[in-house]
Amino acid sequence: MAEIRMEDITRPENLVYKKTPLMTDNILSYCPGCGHGTAHRIIMEVVEELGLQENTIGVCPVGCSVLAYDFMNVDMQQAAHGRAPALATGIKRTWPNRTVFTYQGDGDLAAIGTAETIHVCNRGENFTMIFINNGIYGMTGGQMAPTTLEGMKSSTCPYGRDVQTMGHPLKMTEVVATLPGTFFVSRQAVHTPSAVRKAKKAIRMAFENQRDKKGGISFVEIVSNCNSGWKMRPVDANHWMEQNMFPFFPLGDLKVDGKLVK
Amino acid sequence: MGELRLMKGNEAIGEAAIRAGVDAYFGYPITPQSEVIEYLMAEKPYERTGMVVLQAESEVASINMVYGAAATGKKVMTSSSSPGVSLMMEGVSYIAGAELPCVLVNVVRGGPGLGTIQPSQADYFQATKGGGHGDYRMIVLAPASVQEMSDFVKLAFELAFRYRNPAMILSDGVIGQMMEKVELFDPLPRWTEEQITKLSPWATTGKPSTRERNIITSLDLRPHVQEQRNIKLQNKYAIIQEKEVRCEKIACDDAEYLIVAYGSSARIAQKTLDIARAQGIKLGLLRAITLWPFPSKQIHELLDHVKGILTVELSAGQMVEDVRLAVEGKVNVAFYGRMGGMIYTPEEILDVLKAKIIGE
Repeated sequence: MAEIRMEDITRPENLVYKKTPLMTDNILSYCPGCGHGTAHRIIMEVVEELGLQENTIGVCPVGCSVLAYDFMNVDMQQAAHGRAPALATGIKRTWPNRTVFTYQGDGDLAAIGTAETIHVCNRGENFTMIFINNGIYGMTGGQMAPTTLEGMKSSTCPYGRDVQTMGHPLKMTEVVATLPGTFFVSRQAVHTPSAVRKAKKAIRMAFENQRDKKGGISFVEIVSNCNSGWKMRPVDANHWMEQNMFPFFPLGDLKVDGKLVK
Repeated sequence: MGELRLMKGNEAIGEAAIRAGVDAYFGYPITPQSEVIEYLMAEKPYERTGMVVLQAESEVASINMVYGAAATGKKVMTSSSSPGVSLMMEGVSYIAGAELPCVLVNVVRGGPGLGTIQPSQADYFQATKGGGHGDYRMIVLAPASVQEMSDFVKLAFELAFRYRNPAMILSDGVIGQMMEKVELFDPLPRWTEEQITKLSPWATTGKPSTRERNIITSLDLRPHVQEQRNIKLQNKYAIIQEKEVRCEKIACDDAEYLIVAYGSSARIAQKTLDIARAQGIKLGLLRAITLWPFPSKQIHELLDHVKGILTVELSAGQMVEDVRLAVEGKVNVAFYGRMGGMIYTPEEILDVLKAKIIGE
């Protein structure tokens, strides 16, 4: 077998993939193994492929992705914790022809921002929401999230989440799917190549719906790992996620074209 | 002469918003200012000018809708009353930190807590000294008539955009609810997209290939950079302090005694002034129009002939602290206030003036 040389691999005709210019060259602040980087990339790929860069305004949350504007090469605003859907409402209502998206974690979207989330999904605002659910507060150092599983340990439930005193993990995506103002609701993951392809398809659908003014929120949850917060190696975290997170947060579409999937 | 109408103060705010070319109003009902959103919803400005009017799910959401739209260079505003404004303080801090122009109206009611729906001026500290977290300032305008409720909407937007800073109209239940003649200013068109991108090149309007992406944030985790951001803010505030102080001096030229007041209290004190002058008492009135920046210099300048000052406020005494700082102990500064929705009469104020200032 002939020797494979680096210059052959990197020849233009052999390139099968290149980084979207909608991701900046800034070094990602995320831990190795984290799903945020992949989620950022496929969102920006979709925005690029749909030709929406000049038209897009993103809103990033408080949490690990507070600095998403360092990595996404579109106009971005940074919201207070939980308030991204309210900012997006203000933007979309005054710029109805712009593409607006929020990018929020579980603490942001499903705890402190519950009211904003419910009400944009009930009013049927026409923007895209990306919800990264890793079952823990990553940025602040691994505290309990609204989506922390029963029995799962965190620094504020060090003996495991006791649902009798700490409440149950919240299935926010199921909640918003029942509201009349959501048009498309899907739950995906980005831990394997096939999962990434499905997640990107859902995100593309979420942006296309907005572009085509289908009316209503297009909402994509991405169940992700947090190997640092879960205190696991990246591969172990992905296995643990498949075995524990996916049974409680099953992947797939919950609502398509404004109709619940049976 | 502009169009004349008999209007409630709150309605004047709504009409002035439409005429000022405002792009969006986001609000949540609360007494005694619900007429603002009621007026706007009834007027359907989205048919007249394209202005958006949206009832939010809370004041927290209202101010963050304002934050989002203000970051895109649009002219946006909200209004509320004291408990609702407390809920907005987080958003105001972010808006000030991100240096965004917008207008807030607080039709103040009595507190603390749920307090009362009756008028009060007890939110002076919250409006002028912070309210939210961090070192920031809002430009604060205090209308004393329905006319000024209208005029100050336009003025507040001019100042907000001139300095990329939130501006607040600090009114109260008296001015919000009373009806007076008002001369409305001629309508201004809403800005076009071209005007917005030219006037506010920093705005997040979508990144064209001709510029770098715009980012609106108050965050910087590098302390030396965050300190520079803070210094930039403070430098801006110093310019506002220097250039934008507004006050009205009534019969101050020969005054031996002075009342300092703002808003509805200044209206009542004006009657006190008439009664006092009829009795031969040389009383003057300094009405603060900007509460921040505060007319400290203007008060100090009167001390060459003023022998004593009474500050009247519908509170336990908040602005009086700024008056005392301005006076630097040179003359006696007394305070008189009513709380909980109670309002003084002009005679009541005169009695206090005689007892606490002239009597000495």
